[in-house]
Amino acid sequence: MNNLWTMVAQRIAFAIFTLFIVSLFIFLGIELLPGDAAEAILGKTATPETVAAFRRELGLNLPLHTRYIEWVSNILQGDLGISISNRMEVSHQVGIRLFNTIFLASFAAVISMPLALALGILSALYRNTVFDRTINLTTLTTISFPDFFVAYILILFFAIKLNIFPSVSMIHPDTEFFDRLYRTLLPAITLTLVTVAHTMRMTRAAIINLLASPYIEMARLKGLSPARIIIKHALPNALAPIITVVVINLAYLVVGVVVVEVVFVYPGLGQLLVESVGKRDIPVVQAAALIFAVTYIFLNLLADILSIVSNPLLLHPRR
Amino acid sequence: MRTITNSTGDKVSDDIILEIRDLHIEGRTSETWQRIVNGVDVTLRRGEVLGLIGESGAGKTTVGLAAMGYTRDGCRISKGTIRFHDLDLVNASEKQRRSILGVRIAYVAQSAAAAFNPAHKLIDQHSETGIQHGVLSREEARADAMELYERLRMPDPQSIGLRYPHQVSGGQLQRAMTAMALACRPELVIFDEPTTALDVTTQIEVLAAIKSAVEQFQTAAIYISHDLALVAQMADRIMVFRNGDLIEEGQTRELLTHPKERYTQDLLAVRTFHKADTTTETTDVPLLEVRHLTAAYGKSPVLFNVSFSVPQGRTVALVGESGSGKSTTARVISGLLSPSEGQVLYQGVPLLPTFGQRSKTQLRRIQMIYQTPDTSLNPKQRIRKTIGRPLAFYLGMNGAVRDSRVRELLSLVELEPTQYIDRLPGELSGGERQRVCIARALAAEPELIVCDEVTSALDQLVAEEILKLLDRLQREFNLSYIFITHDIGTVRAIADNVVVMSQGKVVEIGPKTEMFTPPHHEYTDLLLSSVPEMDPDWLDNLLADRAD
Amino acid sequence: MNKAINGFMKAPFTSQLGLVVVIVYAFVALAAPVLAPFGETEIVGDQYEPWGGEFLLGTDNIGRDMLTRLIYGARNTVGIAFVITSLAFIIGGFLGMLAATLGGWIDQILSRIVDVLMAIPGLVFVLLVLSFFGTAIPVLIIVIAIFESTRVFRLTRAVAMNVEVMDYVEISKLRGESIWWIVWSEILPNITAPLIAEFGVRFTYTFLFITALSFLGLGIQPPIADWGGMVRENAVLITFSDYTPLLPAAAIALLTVSVNFVIDWVLQKASGLKE
Repeated sequence: MNNLWTMVAQRIAFAIFTLFIVSLFIFLGIELLPGDAAEAILGKTATPETVAAFRRELGLNLPLHTRYIEWVSNILQGDLGISISNRMEVSHQVGIRLFNTIFLASFAAVISMPLALALGILSALYRNTVFDRTINLTTLTTISFPDFFVAYILILFFAIKLNIFPSVSMIHPDTEFFDRLYRTLLPAITLTLVTVAHTMRMTRAAIINLLASPYIEMARLKGLSPARIIIKHALPNALAPIITVVVINLAYLVVGVVVVEVVFVYPGLGQLLVESVGKRDIPVVQAAALIFAVTYIFLNLLADILSIVSNPLLLHPRR
Repeated sequence: MRTITNSTGDKVSDDIILEIRDLHIEGRTSETWQRIVNGVDVTLRRGEVLGLIGESGAGKTTVGLAAMGYTRDGCRISKGTIRFHDLDLVNASEKQRRSILGVRIAYVAQSAAAAFNPAHKLIDQHSETGIQHGVLSREEARADAMELYERLRMPDPQSIGLRYPHQVSGGQLQRAMTAMALACRPELVIFDEPTTALDVTTQIEVLAAIKSAVEQFQTAAIYISHDLALVAQMADRIMVFRNGDLIEEGQTRELLTHPKERYTQDLLAVRTFHKADTTTETTDVPLLEVRHLTAAYGKSPVLFNVSFSVPQGRTVALVGESGSGKSTTARVISGLLSPSEGQVLYQGVPLLPTFGQRSKTQLRRIQMIYQTPDTSLNPKQRIRKTIGRPLAFYLGMNGAVRDSRVRELLSLVELEPTQYIDRLPGELSGGERQRVCIARALAAEPELIVCDEVTSALDQLVAEEILKLLDRLQREFNLSYIFITHDIGTVRAIADNVVVMSQGKVVEIGPKTEMFTPPHHEYTDLLLSSVPEMDPDWLDNLLADRAD
Repeated sequence: MNKAINGFMKAPFTSQLGLVVVIVYAFVALAAPVLAPFGETEIVGDQYEPWGGEFLLGTDNIGRDMLTRLIYGARNTVGIAFVITSLAFIIGGFLGMLAATLGGWIDQILSRIVDVLMAIPGLVFVLLVLSFFGTAIPVLIIVIAIFESTRVFRLTRAVAMNVEVMDYVEISKLRGESIWWIVWSEILPNITAPLIAEFGVRFTYTFLFITALSFLGLGIQPPIADWGGMVRENAVLITFSDYTPLLPAAAIALLTVSVNFVIDWVLQKASGLKE
């Protein structure tokens, strides 16, 4: 057991370290820009004295590490700064957008993960049958499509030609739940199509690998039923690789959300990020990037920990 | 050998439980179907033990599995019948087959470590068979398991079942698997090379356990092995296979004393090669001397005060089981591992501890040959380059001179030069590849060759040829060998001096003639007596001796 | 050469088709100036002219010929993706081999750096850098190349280490061979198959990544013809049930699918040979 918790602790420490590096990177990036926040906020017409005064007010003349610490402590308290483009508090904007993105990602995940796992397991069990080969071909094709391609095809058929769903996802904080689901369906399906393919292929590979193990053959030679072999013998050992696959794809989902949000003009964090990069609204970019990074790192950490904890060799070490 | 008799002494074991007729099995490579088993007949009676013997690729495991109606992925039964009592196993439904597997026919795999599921306790996997087939209740199954563990003389029979497979040693695991096979008291148990992966001393315990279990429960058994001496201990009747064909079949004692076929005779004659005894003393400085070597891998110590010497032109055998430190000693000698204490001296001059520090000449003089020719030859390099490189690197040979020398070397190892020089290793058999490795070693014109288990991965007949080759080369070029092996038979065949190692220490050391006559160190005694002999009563006698 | 043609004949139909498509794309990319009817940024007509006539595939949002733009897009998009992948391979492959053969603290340091870099989500990383440094093409190439090189590093290191522990490598080391000889003669020949497959995989990821960035307006900037950007520029046509914006997107998809089919076949062959 000792070994197990040591490994978990190491992973957590590593995740924190990575987060630290990312935050440094995000913070320092601003230093490399020509001009600085004060100039950006006040605009080009401001006089040098005004800029200098503002700079002092913002604390931009303090040493780097002080500012970094202050920045981090602000973030941890929920203060993400002020947006340059609309002078509002970033945390307020980001809060709403984050909720929307999580809604969309969860919607997609709820559809795609069970579907992908089922398809992956089935095609592994019925390897090399027509069923398997068809799925293999389809997914190989789907993972090759750019997200926006899938999105526009869906829009073209379901929104424009058939006019069943809206092509632009107009939702507000007070949109009612089922209405929200309706408006978010197309983007969710787009995300689903892309992640199902990846997840399914990885699951299939993991299961095939597992089914080739000698202890599976042994189970067959003991005359056990296929159901029993899968549930009792394959599944406990499949848990670790499958969990890893699912969480990795969730992390991938987080990033894939960005393009889909832009296509459907979905008011999520991804769309905000892209908009802000275009407008050079640095505080917003920093905040959005940080949140994405935290989510991604956290999900990967979760995948690592879960796969450690579900590995029978680590759970019951040699005495 | 047992004969089952009823109270009046008549043989009652005439019931035939398994009948295989004209069995043909094919296996698929990427392109075609190839024959693995060609027309084999097997008959097995109640309580009878049948031995299937053959070299690798002979088809014995395939036949053994077929007795259960099972073929591995990529294999199919193309012809023939397999009947277990009334059940036609070839045409039976999945459900029918499943109903007898584990209950009436059971299987003991070669590697217990791989055959047990790492996620479940031993006792759960054991009881599963009985419970799932509806033969035993959970309590009954568990109680019976513990009883079987005791009968098979496993340590802590009450609690060992509660462990996970990786928490238990190899020998114990093999016995646990035997127990698992016997859980439902099957009529037939198929043992597939159950002791091949074990040390010779552990092997005895497992063999004894298997033999006693089979006798106690009057189970019929099919015992598969490549070791004829081993099979002779266990089987009433033996079938000899080669390349999918049945070569010979007969009662054990009859087969051993009066083999009819040439191939069987060859198998029996194995280990009769003995090198000529060298009685002339060499008084020169020994070629290699190892003094007080102590070494460790990181924090775990592996060698303790190891000392021995290798005279010029002689073979020193380093013999021991796994974990004895013999391969580690070789690594220290070659400079792959630095000792924490002690020295290695070459012709009286100490060698620097790591190979990177040694001169090219020093490196040239000591060459190594490894156990598995699969990993010791670069699969993308043709033979010409494999043997040619040392010639270029050490001796500066190039062009036509080098080419002709490569051919010379190939002839020396009995490989026809034009046929082999442009081949890739993948096109060669195990024995051929090992010969190429020997040629590569010779190319450097060494004085000492360290042979690390060079025949252990080869079939017995092929191994014999390699040993003869090495012997010839030694006499021709006055080479010295350090021969690392776990096989006593090999030691008997080729050694001049013997160093017995156990757990990192030298246990006994001396000329071969002394080693094989008592008195011995206790461990040497154990080691020597654990080697199976061609006498069917050997195991029984040994166990009786040890019981005293 | 005969062996290659032989191998091709035996490949599954999808892979053969894939290879043909890839070759066609390569040809178009290289011969773009010759094949295109008009100049890359030349304005030749009105906005959004319909298909047919002088403009086979109509015109785009400011009156440039779609067909020309598509052809030049092949050169630009595929070209840049290829350059990035090659750069990623040079960096990642070299460092990966170094880490595998030298081991020790070099391996530790490099692996840690790569671990950290890989823990950062790609899109976010790149967007950050682009918003700091601007979207000039050299910046784009270097940033994405560094990002992709981490994956190449991991793979190269893994396969090189599998070879490095083989006995035949140990024999070469014991002989006193230099590390360069060992890498060149012993390791490289045995890892070409997985490396080739990985090149294909990296190419598809890079390619999709670039087009996604351009689609978001953050990658290759107009007026350079680039498929991702072209989708973005003409997206509004979708609302009029016009398929035109799907053309560059389909061009992207077709190449990626083809490369994937070819990789699938290469991987099958490589694993088949092992048995």
